[in-house]
Amino acid sequence: MIDLNEIQTIEHDVLVVGAGGAGLRAAIETSNLGLNTGVITKSLLGKAHTVMAEGGMAAALGNVDGRDNWKVHFRDTMRGGKFLNVWEMAAIHAQDAPERVRELEDWGAVFDRTRTGLINQRNFGGHRYPRLAHVGDRTGLELIRTLQDHGIHQGMDVHMECIAIDLLMDGGKISGMLAYWRETGRFVVFKAPAVIFATGGAGKAWRVTSNSWEYTGDGYGMAARAGAELMDMEFTQFHPTGMVWPPSVRGILVTEGVRGEGGILTNSDGVRFMFDNIPDRFAPETADSKEEAQRWLDGDREARRPPELLTRDVVARAIMREVKGGRGSEHGGAYLDISHRDSDFVKRKLPSMYHQFKELAEVDITAQPMEVGPTLHYYMGGIRVDGVTQMTCVPGLFAAGECSAGLHGANRLGGNSLSDLIVFGARAGRGAKEYLDNLSGSPNVQQEQVHEHMRGVTDFLNREDGENPYVVVDDLQKIMELNVGIVREGKELEEGIEALQELKKRVANVKAHPTSQYNPGWNTCIDLRNMITSAEATALCALQREESRGAHTRLDFEGEREEGLTYNGVVRLNSEGNLEVRKEMRKDAPEDLHKIAHSTLEELEGSRV
Amino acid sequence: MSERTFRVWRGNQDGGEFVDYSVEVQPGMVVLDCIHEIQKEHASDLSCRWNCKAGKCGSCSMEINGKPGLSCMTRMNTFEEGETVTLQPMKAFPVIKDLACDVSWNYKQNERIRPFAPRERDPDGEHRMMQEDVDRVQEFRKCIECFLCQDTCHILRDRETEQNFAGPRFMARLASLDMHPLDTDDRIQEVKDESGSGLCNITRCCTEACPEHIGITDNAIIPLKERVVDRFYDPLMWLMRKLRPGKKETVKN
Repeated sequence: MIDLNEIQTIEHDVLVVGAGGAGLRAAIETSNLGLNTGVITKSLLGKAHTVMAEGGMAAALGNVDGRDNWKVHFRDTMRGGKFLNVWEMAAIHAQDAPERVRELEDWGAVFDRTRTGLINQRNFGGHRYPRLAHVGDRTGLELIRTLQDHGIHQGMDVHMECIAIDLLMDGGKISGMLAYWRETGRFVVFKAPAVIFATGGAGKAWRVTSNSWEYTGDGYGMAARAGAELMDMEFTQFHPTGMVWPPSVRGILVTEGVRGEGGILTNSDGVRFMFDNIPDRFAPETADSKEEAQRWLDGDREARRPPELLTRDVVARAIMREVKGGRGSEHGGAYLDISHRDSDFVKRKLPSMYHQFKELAEVDITAQPMEVGPTLHYYMGGIRVDGVTQMTCVPGLFAAGECSAGLHGANRLGGNSLSDLIVFGARAGRGAKEYLDNLSGSPNVQQEQVHEHMRGVTDFLNREDGENPYVVVDDLQKIMELNVGIVREGKELEEGIEALQELKKRVANVKAHPTSQYNPGWNTCIDLRNMITSAEATALCALQREESRGAHTRLDFEGEREEGLTYNGVVRLNSEGNLEVRKEMRKDAPEDLHKIAHSTLEELEGSRV
Repeated sequence: MSERTFRVWRGNQDGGEFVDYSVEVQPGMVVLDCIHEIQKEHASDLSCRWNCKAGKCGSCSMEINGKPGLSCMTRMNTFEEGETVTLQPMKAFPVIKDLACDVSWNYKQNERIRPFAPRERDPDGEHRMMQEDVDRVQEFRKCIECFLCQDTCHILRDRETEQNFAGPRFMARLASLDMHPLDTDDRIQEVKDESGSGLCNITRCCTEACPEHIGITDNAIIPLKERVVDRFYDPLMWLMRKLRPGKKETVKN
């Protein structure tokens, strides 16, 4: 075996894994705090999944409607999350977001403007007021480019196309990370006493998803193997509007901005079915006639919001119901129509949607309806962290953005993701600084551990016989679609978990072409280990939660149950190497936050609470 | 559904060759789907960059039948029936392996551009800019950094002039900074000397290659060239500056 001295070693105070919005924002924070910061990313800088975020970032700036404030944003987030959110995180998020957004302007971001020259804000599902700072329908690209062009001048080192394999530990604390360079296939050891995960979700475990190849739950797998806990993994968000036709684009996102700008959903009978799908909790704040919905779109502040802008879980289930009831669109979705608005308006407000449909589906959205259906989009759950410092139960390991749990509870509001990245990215950076300030001694990299992790991934290359990893990925996606889909049932979940156990054996026996240089097959083998951990954790949490809440729907347990509000599902790897799920009892809500979350809008608009 | 032959360049910096693969093409498929089929069925080690598969990240740039393009946005029904589809890495950059090439030169160019330098916020803590004043800047900021414009630029393809010109992508970025209502830096000297604006001879190949339809030549490069001319080569402007030395170069119009 190679001596540790012969493996390339790079030292940092903090290693950030992932260069999306959360990772770059964390790295900017730690660089500015004087820490030697490294960032590793699976892809090239600026290509992270954040670029796919379209609609905007939620922050109660109050630029378009002065009645908005952090308390209303906090209340919307809790209600959207069906009160399973970590209270402090939802409050911190709503409080910090406006300044994190303004700061982006100082770094070069160019948001769309209001008539008085301020940052413009748009309506989105579940948000009481126009709240999403945006740039047409390419807000994520603006965020990533802003952080990238600002970040490279802050002193951080960005290591591109460098793939994390496993965390290194010393006496229960983080001491670094083993990774490999895609370009050469060579290993690299990062010696770092603090690691911030900003690794995103695990959507690639599903066939129909808006996620890219990178979304393989790397953070979930590595964190679990290092002893950290995963929480709320059953809450996987199916975005209601993904493309459904042609087959090769199935799952690609259609921004909620289409509905925010007035898009309506209809079934094959031409019925605007969302009016028949308004949950009681939202009935007082939702329009009950087409006429009222139109008035709202025309800017009448007394009118209530159209039902198309209900939360994503509600809209996704409603579309499923139409399809299952035989009232779906031609290719098994629903129709989403924005053609009633002026053609130039559509092209200006939704330029990339216009191009996406024109070029990939030969549909002109200014004249024809789109066909849309649910697509796996986002993990509300993830690595369990402290709500203030973002540290996991593993000293020195932090997590921010989609890979962490807590802010969104059982369902995320659109627009709360981009603001999550910048708020908790910065918080994780500060958390790491605080940890390092109080850390005595410097954790060491253990040679034997490095070798063990290396063997774990080189086996795939050295094997004489073994299975094609792409076939195993296909089978994993089939299991998740069939057994852990948008609507779930106990028996199916149990069968799914059993099938995953069988699949695990196959994952251990996949084989890659024996070249380590830029080999996507080998990379798929490595990703599979993390994907299957994420998939199993999701299935275990889904089986444990015997109710329907937010994004988690059980056919055999309809509706929310009181017991469901008392706990969060938590998964960890036990000493035998198996995933174990338990119910972690929730702490009582802080009194002030509880009061705000249950106030009426009138009480909050004037900030009388 | 139909069979289609792909000729894919396989190799690395030491050399390579074209290898033929046959793919079953389903309705609606794009070139990137076919590459994934080849990986799944024939060559699991075929290297190719991609991420979003929706034309938003600019990772999957390559040369398709000799033309620079995004493989995720090139539909299979744009080819003639029976036409062989040839895939090669971008030619302007050194190859790593197969369809992936080393684009790090672009990242180094970007680092050379001085960072955004905003004016102070208004007393109430806000920045104010009018939409009509940021429309043009937003056009440049649509750039997905696919580097197809860099690939197609003959100044950059020519190894002798490559080091003196930042390339269309970064001319557009400089334009976005120069026209940014909040930026206080004077970048015209940098545009002329560091980025070599004079080298572009306006063949508009970059604009044609841009999948985001950004008017790189007309809206970014030509206005920058004009500002360089005004500053350094216009005797009247030179005289005005001598007569009114109090007016700083950095004041934005």
